[in-house]
Amino acid sequence: MAVMSPAKLLTRRQLWRRRGSKAAPYAFIAPFFVFFAAFGLFPLIYTGYVSLHRVRLQNPDDMTWVGFDNYTTLLKDEFFWNSLRNTFTIGVISTVPQLCLALGLAHLLNYRLRGRTFFRVAILLPYATSVAAATLVFAGLFGRDYGMLNWFLGHFGIDPIDWFNDKWPSQIAISTIVTWRWTGYNALIYLAAMQAIPHERYEAAMLDGANRWHQFRHVTLPGLRPTILFTIVVSTIGALQIFGEPLLLQGGTTGMNGGASRQYQTTGLYMYQSGWQYFSLGKAAAIAWLLFLLIVLVVGTNAVIARQRAKRAAVAAGASETSVTKG
Amino acid sequence: MSTVTESAATADSPVPHGDSPRRKRRPRLRRHDRAGVLVYAILVLVTAVSAFPFYWSIVAATRSDTEINSVPPPFLPGGGSMGNFEAAADKANIGKALINSTIVSGTVALGTVLACTLAGFAFAKLRFRGRGALLSFTVATMMIPPQLGVIPLYMMMAKLGWANQLQAVIMPTLVTAFGVFFMRQYLAEALPDELIEAGRVDGASYTRIFFSIVLPAARPAMAVLGLLTFMTAWNDFFWPIIALSQDNPTVQVAINSLGGGYVPDQSVILAGTVLGTLPVLLVFGLLGRQIVGGIMQGAVKG
Repeated sequence: MAVMSPAKLLTRRQLWRRRGSKAAPYAFIAPFFVFFAAFGLFPLIYTGYVSLHRVRLQNPDDMTWVGFDNYTTLLKDEFFWNSLRNTFTIGVISTVPQLCLALGLAHLLNYRLRGRTFFRVAILLPYATSVAAATLVFAGLFGRDYGMLNWFLGHFGIDPIDWFNDKWPSQIAISTIVTWRWTGYNALIYLAAMQAIPHERYEAAMLDGANRWHQFRHVTLPGLRPTILFTIVVSTIGALQIFGEPLLLQGGTTGMNGGASRQYQTTGLYMYQSGWQYFSLGKAAAIAWLLFLLIVLVVGTNAVIARQRAKRAAVAAGASETSVTKG
Repeated sequence: MSTVTESAATADSPVPHGDSPRRKRRPRLRRHDRAGVLVYAILVLVTAVSAFPFYWSIVAATRSDTEINSVPPPFLPGGGSMGNFEAAADKANIGKALINSTIVSGTVALGTVLACTLAGFAFAKLRFRGRGALLSFTVATMMIPPQLGVIPLYMMMAKLGWANQLQAVIMPTLVTAFGVFFMRQYLAEALPDELIEAGRVDGASYTRIFFSIVLPAARPAMAVLGLLTFMTAWNDFFWPIIALSQDNPTVQVAINSLGGGYVPDQSVILAGTVLGTLPVLLVFGLLGRQIVGGIMQGAVKG
């Protein structure tokens, strides 16, 4: 017995280990998936369920089934459409300049530079601030009577602009905050992608007599295409969720309304107002799901466009390749 | 130049860290690549625009409201009226907010790094049934807006009795799909298969391998992920203002109350934002280059 038992123990341990090695990968991914399922996936699906009910914030357990009522009401809700329009315009005037600026900035950072780490860190600095802090600082700068921006514009003979109450100025103000915070981040992503473009392509272009602009257009931009698409998708998703900037631009009830006449109320903000000011959680959940559908739609459209462009690009690249070998 | 950033610069090197072959690469750069005066001028301007709001908030926080509303506005910090900071701290519970945010962001960063390194290692190096599908699923969920889950989360927290408790903010953000993806990308390249096989041959269990081989190899990426997660958690706004109240705020909830309440005093508001932003700016100032490297690295391989 005394001789047998160690051997038996060993085999048992080996057996256990073999089984353990099969289970090990699942044990490793388990912590992530457990938390993710509980606090990510379940709420996502449950939001859909909530959206089919009448639920008040004061008593969330009391749910009355109403089917698609929340959705049909929303589609007739002028404020909802207003919020969608605002989300769209604010999204466009923040995303487009932001990505164009980021592209230009990345190009500059890609030069051989002294102190390039300094510049990279400096342009990322805004990324380190929060929505809340950035918005409050900018709100002061945008003040109509004492704001520094109007004081500055005054030197160029521009009359004070009401950055809070006029529709376009207020939307531009919000977009400025978004652009300020995210341009550097996107520039670094572009820069990384630029540095991954093989130098041979530039050399080939130079041999063909391409100047710097031609190189940018015909080598850099095509090389960045997947990255640009990625940033467009990410920024679009971000833009559809803009919430903190409009809420805090003026703060208080005006902030919750998205301006005195809802001139900059985004859909994210309207969802928050519906749930946490008007206590209508069912309606808020329906807004959340419509927003989600919108994101899926936008991302899907992007993917389709990208695939078609990639196909076309592949054909074009094939053509240019043959021309290069011929030349 | 941090090693991480350098690896992004030489993206074709197989190992994302270690000594950079920078000197050897130099001659291969295009000759006209050297930046001219105009490039520097634009970059300095951009830097100024990036930094100005911070500078302005410090100027405003050290002056009275009348001073900052004067024409022309002051451009230098004033005699430092501590009154603004005191008023802000008083009004917005900033002392408690700073402690709370440190606890929340620290816990979230630790949890994310640990759980995501475990999962990232499994996805990068271990074979198991359903690996591909689970990974694609994880990546796909990065598209889901956090706003979508807020209502059930709020209901869950009320049920659990966690309303206005810090765990209500910690638990939902304790893991991120991005983190798993980030660690997987890193480990797939930085960790040679042979090392794990050698460990297996020597009879080490996977747990042992994880702690003595994977963790040391993953350290640079873990540091970057930890920093990014810490900053994101510190700056998170939407969920904390729903889950927490003014009695038990994070920094963002406190700052929110400065803007929302009846504090007409711009200088007090900006003093509050300075107090709430300073810690994360400090982290950023010390470790900015690592953060930059991490973002660039994630981007190339994403």
